[in-house]
Amino acid sequence: MDGNANDILGVTAQAEIIKKERKANNAWNKLKRNRTAMFGLIIICIMVFMVIFADVISPYDPNVIDLGNTYVKPGNMGHVFGTDEFGRDLLSRILYGSRISILVAVGATLVGGIIGLFLGLISGYAGGITDSIIMRVMDGMMAFPFVLLSILLMTILGSGVFNVILAIGISNVPIFARIVRGQVLVVKNEEYCNAVKILGASHTRLLFSHILPNSISPIIVQATLNVAGSIISEAALSFLGLGISQPTASWGNILRGGKDYLVTAPHIATISGFFILITVLGFNLLGDGIRDVLDPKMKK
Amino acid sequence: MLKTILNRLLQIIPTILVVVSITFVITRMIPGNPAATVLGPQASVEDVEKLTEELGLNDSLWDQYIRYLGNLFKGDFGTSYSYNMPVMNLIFSRLPNTLIIAFTSIVLAVLIGIPIGIVSAVKQYTAFDYISMVLALIGVSMPIFWLGLMLVLLFSVNLGWLPSLGMGSIEIGLWDVISHMVLPVGCLATIPTATFARITRSSMLEVINAEYIKSLRAGGLKERSVIYRHALKNALPPIVTVLGMQLASSFTGAILTETIFSWPGMGTLIVGAIENRDYMLIQGTVLFTALAFVFINLIVDIVYMMINPKVNYSGKGGA
Repeated sequence: MDGNANDILGVTAQAEIIKKERKANNAWNKLKRNRTAMFGLIIICIMVFMVIFADVISPYDPNVIDLGNTYVKPGNMGHVFGTDEFGRDLLSRILYGSRISILVAVGATLVGGIIGLFLGLISGYAGGITDSIIMRVMDGMMAFPFVLLSILLMTILGSGVFNVILAIGISNVPIFARIVRGQVLVVKNEEYCNAVKILGASHTRLLFSHILPNSISPIIVQATLNVAGSIISEAALSFLGLGISQPTASWGNILRGGKDYLVTAPHIATISGFFILITVLGFNLLGDGIRDVLDPKMKK
Repeated sequence: MLKTILNRLLQIIPTILVVVSITFVITRMIPGNPAATVLGPQASVEDVEKLTEELGLNDSLWDQYIRYLGNLFKGDFGTSYSYNMPVMNLIFSRLPNTLIIAFTSIVLAVLIGIPIGIVSAVKQYTAFDYISMVLALIGVSMPIFWLGLMLVLLFSVNLGWLPSLGMGSIEIGLWDVISHMVLPVGCLATIPTATFARITRSSMLEVINAEYIKSLRAGGLKERSVIYRHALKNALPPIVTVLGMQLASSFTGAILTETIFSWPGMGTLIVGAIENRDYMLIQGTVLFTALAFVFINLIVDIVYMMINPKVNYSGKGGA
């Protein structure tokens, strides 16, 4: 108080308050106050840690077969999560599997997000016949049950990490395209866009420097939630035997293996599925949190 | 009103065309010669060539496409090689089985999820609200194929209460039918129930705090009437949208659920068709499912228009 004795009009004090408020309203600080979102972020950080240090933490080689020690129960003979039908250490397979599962989920989101972003921008900005054609194709793709479209693409592409990313990514395109287009339609008619246009900005400049940054928040929310969905998609494809094939470990194909030994070794399916659930939960929590922060109207 | 509905009906024509074309292209791109698949590995080269010719697979893609469109127009979805049966007959023999579990699970989800959402909204920040929302969040994050396995593990393997595979027969008794349905339906209902609880809560919360609801309360209307007659009615549109989406995605869920429980429905039919490289059957089942999707969406849109006349379906806008 006494430090501001000269500040009769309260200008400095006011500036201070504004500064504080601005800091508090900064998206990241808002997100920090959202406890559930932070919980999600912590889960994701743990998963990222697992992904990066999988080879350091893993107690065994995930692919070494030990037929003398199959179906070891968790916590026995130095295997924290037990072993699978080939005697491979389940903890190591889960750790290495996290790499594939997260890589596929993030990769598929990027593929779907980037293609969808371009299509949505073009569709929303150009309007007219271009818009109609792109959106009808997107509607058509959306008419396919999601997993079905990925299943079909996988049968064409054949298994393999890259193909799984591509198959899930392509199935992700329409939802991104729709969201981006909707945003562009709103933003492109805002006054500041008209102003920039009158000042002579090119289409690309207008699109990428002005429309895109102002349309980004729902895209970020969708991308986060989409990673969660893609983890499930990868697991579903691998579970059906169409995704990542053995011996490469992914959470989905560990679960598929566990399905066949549900009676003899229930821990395989239980543990691998639990990791899928927790990770998906983490991304969903964070996605919900980001939505609350970026779009106060959508507050749940 | 009638005009908007008609307009919406016209809009689905190009969508259907796109769906038909995508299905055709994708099916043709699946590697492997179906004739060789039908005849098995022992077949001679001449036999394979003969059958390829008979099936019309040597014609140009364009000719095949035109013939396919023509047949579709006549309601002919072709013949399944692996079952040696018209695709349409196969679909109609399997479809009821999928519809039974899909609709039962959606009805269950509505009956459980929406009341939970309402109570959560009315009693916001109470223990009930927190617990049900945590459960709902876990529900929407659930990989249902894992849930299915866990249900089998608990109720079939460990407790031995319920059968884990196949479909019951009414000739054995009603319990046989129901007991076979419990696990698949429970599995399939999880995500919709959780989704309904979440959307109902958020939609109700938005409405409950609106001025007109406050004025109803101030006017002395009974709380029960305020919530169920006025607030719920206004909170309905987003719930209906989600209902439509869930109806559609219960088909997706059915593919996985049916595989786990060996339920003889559309899901197992599709997966089997893909494994057997049965072109016509893949094409037919996929197309049928996609068209069902399109029509469910159409119905949802029309219902949506009826309960919410403000909505604009001129085809523009919509963020």
